[in-house]
Amino acid sequence: MKKSPIVTVVAIGIGAALFFVLARFVAIPSPVPNTNISIQYGLLAFMAALFGPVAGLLIGLIGHALADFSFGWGIWWSWVIASAVFGALMGLAARKVRLADGEFSKKDLVGFLIAVVIAHAVSWFVIAPVLDIVIYAEPANKVFIQGLFAGVSNIVTTAIVGSLLCAAYAASKPKKGSLKEEK
Amino acid sequence: MRPVFNYIDRSSPIHCLAGATKLVCLLLWSFAAMLTYDTRLLILLSVLSVALFRLSRIRLGDVSFMIGFTAVIMALNNLLVFLFAPQHGVTLYGTSHVIANLGGRWVITKEQLFYHLNLILKYLATIPIVLLFVCTTQPSEFAASLNRIGVKYSIAYSVALALRYIPDIQQEYHEISQAQQARGIEMSKKESLGKRLKAASAILIPLILSSMDRIETISNAMELRGFGKHKRRSWYMARPFRTADFLSMAVCALLLAAALLLNHLNGSRFWNPFV
Repeated sequence: MKKSPIVTVVAIGIGAALFFVLARFVAIPSPVPNTNISIQYGLLAFMAALFGPVAGLLIGLIGHALADFSFGWGIWWSWVIASAVFGALMGLAARKVRLADGEFSKKDLVGFLIAVVIAHAVSWFVIAPVLDIVIYAEPANKVFIQGLFAGVSNIVTTAIVGSLLCAAYAASKPKKGSLKEEK
Repeated sequence: MRPVFNYIDRSSPIHCLAGATKLVCLLLWSFAAMLTYDTRLLILLSVLSVALFRLSRIRLGDVSFMIGFTAVIMALNNLLVFLFAPQHGVTLYGTSHVIANLGGRWVITKEQLFYHLNLILKYLATIPIVLLFVCTTQPSEFAASLNRIGVKYSIAYSVALALRYIPDIQQEYHEISQAQQARGIEMSKKESLGKRLKAASAILIPLILSSMDRIETISNAMELRGFGKHKRRSWYMARPFRTADFLSMAVCALLLAAALLLNHLNGSRFWNPFV
């Protein structure tokens, strides 16, 4: 069954709201002072896997931009764009995964984890720091170290939270062809 | 629970501007502040933004939390810049006037301090304007104005939906979290990191599954009402432009033009008082 475009519009809206709430209110204290673990990327990876790259891109963009807004420092474009790219990449990588049909096999899981590592690496080791330098003219080694920290912690949390979410969602859906006619 | 986007209803000239105007002004203003490192322009922008903030009748007490939070981030950012790149100012401005030596690479120079001054001015130039926008624009008008400035209405509608459902999802998160805590889930510093992540998932999973149902309900309702049939749509909260709107957009456009012109005249994004 083809998804209606309205579902994507709504999924972007609700996804961005979820992203916002997780980014803003769910603060899991981490061992490093003043930094919290951001589980919103686990959600973003899951939503992108379920609703596709366009939804992933816009959930990352809108959710992160709204969160930045509510903190009051305006929009830090370089990191907002990095979030959006992460969402889009996850959506592209997970095109073959049929979460809505209740399927999330071992193979899917491995693919998902590899995609998480690559997408986060592209976003936080490359895009965010490079845009920081281009847009905001910040010193290079500072932004690359920041990106490194953010990327590594995001990879770990997304791998755990994202795959748990995918597995839980797939388990809640009846498997395609799981009903057999009794003879 | 405190509302997130605290729209504060007072009568002021800023409140009277159309939402689309404020959005355009915010974008022009933040691009101007983002692009330039010219201290003179940044000082002008900072003074103007504080003056506009006064004009809006928003009191400091209304936004003290946001200001405090941003101040911490600003301090942290400056500290990080100094720790990792104590010579950044020297590379940028090409001269070195040493003030004090902290040992190793960490030499305090006039150039570095000047660079930090610029960083702080950048915050000062944008934060009051952002706060102004958040406090004087109704969330639903915000979505209408996105459409007005050329964003596709399906995307503007997504933003409207996000703003509409943030309080609901916040409430739901709170309820699930309390219920799970009553069942013995621990998320504080006492637990190990892995346990905390698992605990977060125990809250997340019910939240996500119920949100998926929510998506289905909302999209069915929208489909029944024929959402997306036409190329354009009207907005309940849209406001027509008045003279003041055009005037303020023109002023902001001039500020952005000034930033670009100064970048051109200075030959780079930095204004260099050292040579």
